[in-house]
Amino acid sequence: MRGNCYIPSGCSVSGIMSESGRRQDGNAIIKSIALMHDRANGLGGGFAAYGIYPRRSDLYAFHMMFDDIVAKERCEEHFKDRFDIVLDEEIPTRPGGAYEGMTAGRYDEEGVQPITDPPILWRYFMDIPEAKTKFVSDREYVVEKVMEINSTIDGAFVASSGKNMGAFKGVGYPEDIGVFYKLGEYKAYTWTAHGRFPTNTPGWWGGAHPFCLLDWSIVHNGEISSYGINKRYLEPFGYRMELRTDTEVVAYLFDLLVRRHNLPIELAAKVLASPFWVDIDRMPDRERRIATAIRQVYGSALLNGPFSIILGHSRGMVGFNDRIKLRPMTCARKDDMLYMSSEESAIREIAPDLDEVWSPRAGTPVIGELDEGVV
Amino acid sequence: MVMTSELPPEFIVKIDYDRCRRCKRCVMNCSFGCMHFTDRVVPEHKLCVACQRCVTYCPEHAITITKNEMAYKENLNWSPETRQNLLKQAETGGILLVGMGNPRDYPILWDHLLIDACQVTNPSIDPLREPMELRTFLGRKPDRLEFVESEDGEIDIVTEIEPQVRLDVPVVFGAMSYGAVSLNVHRSLAMAAKRSGTLMNTGEGGLHRELYPYSGNVIVQVASGRFGVHSEYLNTSAMVEIKIGQGAKPGIGGHLPGEKVDEEISKTRMIPVGSDAISPAPHHDIYSIEDLSQLIYAIKEATDYKKPVSVKISAVHNVAAIASGIVRAGADVITIDGFRGGTGAAPMVIRDNVGIPIELALAAVDERLRNEGIRNNASIICAGGIRNSGDMAKAIALGADAVVTGTAALVAMGCRICQKCYTGNCAWGIATQRPELVRRLDPQVGSERLSNLLAAWSLELKEILGSLGVNSIESLRGSRERLRGVGLDSMTLELLGVKPAGVGQ
Repeated sequence: MRGNCYIPSGCSVSGIMSESGRRQDGNAIIKSIALMHDRANGLGGGFAAYGIYPRRSDLYAFHMMFDDIVAKERCEEHFKDRFDIVLDEEIPTRPGGAYEGMTAGRYDEEGVQPITDPPILWRYFMDIPEAKTKFVSDREYVVEKVMEINSTIDGAFVASSGKNMGAFKGVGYPEDIGVFYKLGEYKAYTWTAHGRFPTNTPGWWGGAHPFCLLDWSIVHNGEISSYGINKRYLEPFGYRMELRTDTEVVAYLFDLLVRRHNLPIELAAKVLASPFWVDIDRMPDRERRIATAIRQVYGSALLNGPFSIILGHSRGMVGFNDRIKLRPMTCARKDDMLYMSSEESAIREIAPDLDEVWSPRAGTPVIGELDEGVV
Repeated sequence: MVMTSELPPEFIVKIDYDRCRRCKRCVMNCSFGCMHFTDRVVPEHKLCVACQRCVTYCPEHAITITKNEMAYKENLNWSPETRQNLLKQAETGGILLVGMGNPRDYPILWDHLLIDACQVTNPSIDPLREPMELRTFLGRKPDRLEFVESEDGEIDIVTEIEPQVRLDVPVVFGAMSYGAVSLNVHRSLAMAAKRSGTLMNTGEGGLHRELYPYSGNVIVQVASGRFGVHSEYLNTSAMVEIKIGQGAKPGIGGHLPGEKVDEEISKTRMIPVGSDAISPAPHHDIYSIEDLSQLIYAIKEATDYKKPVSVKISAVHNVAAIASGIVRAGADVITIDGFRGGTGAAPMVIRDNVGIPIELALAAVDERLRNEGIRNNASIICAGGIRNSGDMAKAIALGADAVVTGTAALVAMGCRICQKCYTGNCAWGIATQRPELVRRLDPQVGSERLSNLLAAWSLELKEILGSLGVNSIESLRGSRERLRGVGLDSMTLELLGVKPAGVGQ
């Protein structure tokens, strides 16, 4: 499907983070996203997990999807000249496994498999040869390679490319995808999840959320109506929009603003969901100058249209809505835990007793950060 | 030897004598001397230019003007106009002179572009209930912002941003010089620009001192004749524009005949009363891009780096490369003027045959600046042939920061596009210096009509944004994904960067 279809999406999102860096297995996030089963339609689900490879945390973990063995071989040839592959292995899966929750038994009744036709799923733990990064930073180098693979190697797709993190995604209901990937056996301090309702075409495995680049991951409910200009803004910076879905621009915009332009995450969120001029005009001088400059300089990066987004990265998790909150998002805290979800029920499902529950204001980011010195 | 003209009348003026009550209002209103009164109104058809002044002001609606259809034997190659032009040249031996923009049947690409709208998956937004932002800033922007965090955790901005001009609506008035148009036109434009939060443009004839209080809403132009240019003039502005070319007459200078240069124009242009004001085709101090850069920086020095400097060029074949050079030469704003752009006077052969459509020029310039990574370094203003808010929205989607309305603004003030601007007889008091005609345009009324026009366009643009599901103009700017082409060949679509209608995202 890739390369010839565009997929706007409905969807559910959920995120769990321990700010003290406690790692927990994937059962809770699966349970949370499973509750929102009806917000998806079985055409895509996925998870991002941070802290899952502590023993290989200094290596880039590439989660790859290959259409066939030829694509895999071509990609490995490509890797060999560009990386030191320390370890590569199949990503463990449980074909035919279905989520045993309130939707259990439906596949037996219908006589179908929950997850069918997966691509070859392989992960590579890789180092970068020193000679390769004489003129570019490690991370810039990885970004270049990811863009290269996605756009030039037919049938090969990078699902994630960060350190000590990974994306697990595919076509199916998210809870079944979680079981398929045996997420109960991974431990992470941040989990994000996505259930997908693409509205006009069948999903393909690479097109499921989260979208990842380096350690950035995005799960997104909504549609980016400003996609056209966001894409044109990103292209001269070397980003290639190959996935035919609006969500990828969000991941690339964060990469550009935070990694390359060095903006604090709060300000990057202000770029993507800027305050209105009526509010800017009333701000105190310093804030007004900052907000005005952001809109003047980064207007083409403004995300317009309905969205609720959870951004995951190594040091935290950020949730935010579009400027007029056309998609739902609820946040909650309990001890060191931060929760974000499309629905409060999906939080209560796994943490009935909460210290605080709130719906963030339109355009106002909710920022979770790992405590100093953790991980 | 003076020849008797053999030209037939272009129009026929019909008077309904049953209705006419002989008030002579038509006689008084006709500035072309077409209407005579003996015992009743007798039109001299040959002098009629179809400016519609008499028709509009006849209290009995007793006048109709029609084309003189049956003057020639039908021939698709030798149109009546072609034949008449040959006769004119045979009689005079001169260059045919015309006013206003290219009227020929070239494709109008705006009419082959359609705008997207939201359905279901992304909601449209009701502009009457939700904020809808049109605020636009013209000027050079840095590629990125740098911030610093103080010891107590306060974040502040380090990057110095060059001067920006704020527009409340992304449309500015076109450059029309005092001299080509009347002072009342300048007054109307200045008052309307102030009221609507936008800019008027002096054109190349300087700024009358009476309008200095409007400095915050004025683009002052520096053209090849340097008329009215002095230090105070440059500093009495929101922005300075170097005019290299004009869409209606690329590569051609200008000529204001001496008879129009009265006392006030003489003072404003700094030339003797009654002397011709001739703008050379090139600036005689700009023979290269380095020379242009020198002038840009000379102006920046003269204005203490407080004003953005714009360079206006006409849309010609190599416009993208030229624009790129201009941005690199230091221009903060680039105005591209298409071949539909208006003029007070131009040789017909130039107006009708030189230049390229603004749609293609705009698309090429925006794409080129993006590919070179310098799009943020300059704003793009799109001029020449913007007829309505639909054209404006499409121009912004192709990549313009703002558009220009020149002809449309004149029409709002009364112009009927009769294309006789160069005669100085404008019956609507616009392109004339005859005091009795100038008086016909009341600046209060003119400015109100202009503000109404901009208010209407703003409302319409907000409706378009709302239907697109975005609430800010920057999400439309350059978003060609929201346009589709109909009836365009694949090369044109590629140049416009637009997909054909029927193709999804």
